Amino acid sequence: MRMSEPVIEVEDLHVHAGASHILRGIGLTVRPGEAVALLGANGSGKSTLVKTLIGVITPSGGTVRLLGASLADDHVPWERVGYVPQRVGAGTGVPSTAAEVVASGLLSGRRWWLPRGWRTRVREALEEVGLADRAESAMHVLSGGQQQRVLIARALVRDPDLLVLDEPVAGVDRPSQEAFAASVRRLVERGVTVLVVLHELGELAGIVTRAVVLRHGRVVHDGAPPHPRADHDAAGHRHVHPHDDSRPTPALTQNPVTGSPEEVAP
Amino acid sequence: MNLLGEISWMLADPFMQRALLASLLVGASAPIVGTYLVQRRLSLLGDGIGHIALTGVALGWLIGAALGIAPEALAVPGAVVAAVVGALAIELVRRRGRTSGDLALAIMFYGGIAGGVLLIGLAGGSNGNLMQYLFGSISTVSGTDLVLTVVLSLLILAVGIGLRAALFSVSHDEDFAVASGLPVWLLNAMVAVVSALTVTVAMRVVGLLLVSALMIVPVAVAQQLTHSFARTMATASVVGVVVCVTGLTITYFQDVSPGATIVVLAIAVYAVAAAVRPLVARRGPAQDPHPDLPDDVELPPGERAPNHQEVCT
Repeated sequence: MRMSEPVIEVEDLHVHAGASHILRGIGLTVRPGEAVALLGANGSGKSTLVKTLIGVITPSGGTVRLLGASLADDHVPWERVGYVPQRVGAGTGVPSTAAEVVASGLLSGRRWWLPRGWRTRVREALEEVGLADRAESAMHVLSGGQQQRVLIARALVRDPDLLVLDEPVAGVDRPSQEAFAASVRRLVERGVTVLVVLHELGELAGIVTRAVVLRHGRVVHDGAPPHPRADHDAAGHRHVHPHDDSRPTPALTQNPVTGSPEEVAP
Repeated sequence: MNLLGEISWMLADPFMQRALLASLLVGASAPIVGTYLVQRRLSLLGDGIGHIALTGVALGWLIGAALGIAPEALAVPGAVVAAVVGALAIELVRRRGRTSGDLALAIMFYGGIAGGVLLIGLAGGSNGNLMQYLFGSISTVSGTDLVLTVVLSLLILAVGIGLRAALFSVSHDEDFAVASGLPVWLLNAMVAVVSALTVTVAMRVVGLLLVSALMIVPVAVAQQLTHSFARTMATASVVGVVVCVTGLTITYFQDVSPGATIVVLAIAVYAVAAAVRPLVARRGPAQDPHPDLPDDVELPPGERAPNHQEVCT
């Protein structure tokens, strides 16, 4: 891959889920070394976009290229992509240790077995997120923030060139957020390209070089990180999550239906 | 009574030698596959496959009768084919997500039993012919059966242990496995096929109705004792071997059903492990389970703040 070649290249991406049209013509280019935040309210299509990027959701139209390879061709060098999912699910039936979960990050389409020296690499990845002492702890006894850090270590253990994180700080306490921001800063300085889905910039405000804002499945902003609304953390601010509009709540004298017709759909 | 003499007498019996080898292999391999099923919350999949395998037994019987060869000859191959097809069908349904896996399993349970009873009647057999497959018939393991058991058990062990890392990744977090570039569909199909083979191999030892118990109960025992995936799998396999060999030995001296004895033993071991665990767990050093991290909250220097001895409710 040449250095100038984009790490992520999305063109006119459409995703349908049944009858609903979730992504409506997304275009997104991320170049090497960038740290891009993907912002937007819940339901704006951020997670769908990320799941399409990593190949979990099949697009109904458009193209996705990762590290110079088309997703459709199935030749993406996945061992160079680190993915951190939104949250651990309900958990699995058999308990597993943090080290076992992190070790699964060393596998790829070309490597079905753990490589030599995997224990060292797992320990280093857990040290990176400050959990080296919990390597032998079962996942289910760790706190939510610690579980999230184990999942970050699982993505880091393969030493990725591209890191894709889906709401890594949702429901994580402030110190864990600060530790996370420090890790991301180190990675960006090392030249890793980062795409991170966020609800608000928070601790990452100084690290993110660009922000892409999604609204109703379309890109409505692509450029400098936007300022949060001044009243965002004010007492009177309403966090209306499904299709929340980031503009101030219109007064009753204004027509509340200012957007496209689907905005009024439940 | 000379116990050692009795046991060496038992070990000299060729029937018993074959039966012991079969139960050893089945006891080792069934819990390994069961670990993946429990991890995927598909504990009942083995039962579903077992019921489908019954239709396969009857189908093999029907074809054998039609071809004019010994009807039993095709029963086990029929079970293998039906179990593999049924397991892959379940995997497809689970993947498509239209019908819930739970509902699909239920339909397999009923369809498998009804199909088996219907077909065995058409083949001129009786429901009694199905009994040896439903409840096992380890004492009648023939040389050919043993070869098939050995080959399939080794295949199950090779896939279950050899591909442990990849199968763990797919069973633990399928989205992450996709993002790793692992062939998720192929690995899921492998778990399904290996489960089907386990059911047909274990059919001779414990019978189709109890096959799933041998896959799942040792895993439940192991979970009481460890919290690592690899150690759960290893412990479950050891428990499987111990209960199978012990159960079979008991039935050599007492005229009871081997399959039922093995499963009752496994559940007894589970009960003991569950009872003993709290005693063992409390021996660990008393430590605060909460990580020592500062929080976001500024507590006023009021009356409640310094009260560290307060009991959380």
